[in-house]
Order: sequence, then structure tokens, then C-alpha cells
Amino acid sequence: MLFYSFFKTQVGQQVTVELKNDLAIQGTLESVDQFLNFKLKDISVVDEERYPHMISVKNCFIRGSVVRYVQLSPPTVDTALLQDAARREAQSTQQQQQQSKPPTAATNTTAIATATGSVS
Amino acid sequence: SYVDQKVSVIMNDGRLVVGTLRGLDQTTNIIMQGCQERIFSEDEGVEVVELGLYMIRGDNIAVIGLVDENKDKELDLENLRGIPLPPLKH
Repeated sequence: MLFYSFFKTQVGQQVTVELKNDLAIQGTLESVDQFLNFKLKDISVVDEERYPHMISVKNCFIRGSVVRYVQLSPPTVDTALLQDAARREAQSTQQQQQQSKPPTAATNTTAIATATGSVS
Repeated sequence: SYVDQKVSVIMNDGRLVVGTLRGLDQTTNIIMQGCQERIFSEDEGVEVVELGLYMIRGDNIAVIGLVDENKDKELDLENLRGIPLPPLKH
């Protein structure tokens, strides 16, 4: 959820998405979803001469699973805010893990002993 | 939404398919009508292969581009040269 929220703040900014097939597409971020799929407006392919495939395409949808990098503009990114959000997310994930912690070996053996005791 | 419009789909294996998007779902499985595969090469013009009505599974889709019909009509496919798109590398 963290990066989904982050990208929502980047909507309207110029980004360059580099895909796992080495294609790099520059454009304005129109929207993002929970899978980190992106919709870009007014795109231009970086190194258009090698990949004329998208010449007649102005807007596109990029599946999150094929993204390798998303290049952003540094002044548009509040790194302090990001760090803070990441810290909070890490803390909440830690708390979740502690709450759903599986029973340890010690607690297991006492449970088995009491069960057999009651049967006999 | 791109439904009922001409779209250009780049697949994970580097193939390019153009057609009319008729439907899609959450996992981006799509239905495309009147599909044409466009095969690029460095020495010959673009080869077009007519495919008809296709369902493409979302796992294999990389990009769905909205085609500007006017710009697409201006394309001189016979004289267009380019290298085939590389397949996906994870």
C-alpha cells in the first residue's frame, strides 16, 4: 500500500518507466492502481528509432508486473515523508507478526502433556 | 477506458498485436477483435498477419497502448524499419 500511496502523489508528474524488455517509456503519470499498473499520457519512447512500435500511440497502460524501474524527478519527491511512512509501515508489520506469532516448542509440549493426562 | 477502441498490445515475448479492445478483467486478460500482428525487421518492411478474434491472458501482456487512428493511417508500414522488441527478462 505504501508505494501505491506514493505513486498517487506523483500523478500529473513526468515519469519514465523502464520495462523488463528494456523498453523505456516517458510520459505524464495519469493513474496508478493497487497492482502498481500505470497509465501514462502523451508518451514518447526513449530511443524511438530502435523501437518504432509505439509511434501512433499517445496514451498507454503498463502492467505493473513488467516494470523494472520508474524514473522520477527528484524535486517532486519528499524523501523525508517517504522515510517516515516506511518506518511506520515497518513498525506495523512487526506488530502484526508478533501478534500472530506461532506457539513455541515449550508451550506445545505442555499442551500435549495436559491432553494425554486428561484421557488416561 | 480503452474498450471499443483500437489498441496496440505489446506482449511479454516481444510481439506486437493491434486490434479493437472488446473487454478486459482485473488480471488484464483481454479480448481483441480483428487482431493484426505487426512484425518488425531491420531489412524488410513491417509484416502484417491477420489473426481475427483473440483472448490474450493477462500474464503475457506488458503494455496496452491506445492507438491514435489518424497517426496510424499515416504510417507507411512497408518502409518502416525496426528491430523486434526483446522478450521480457525478469
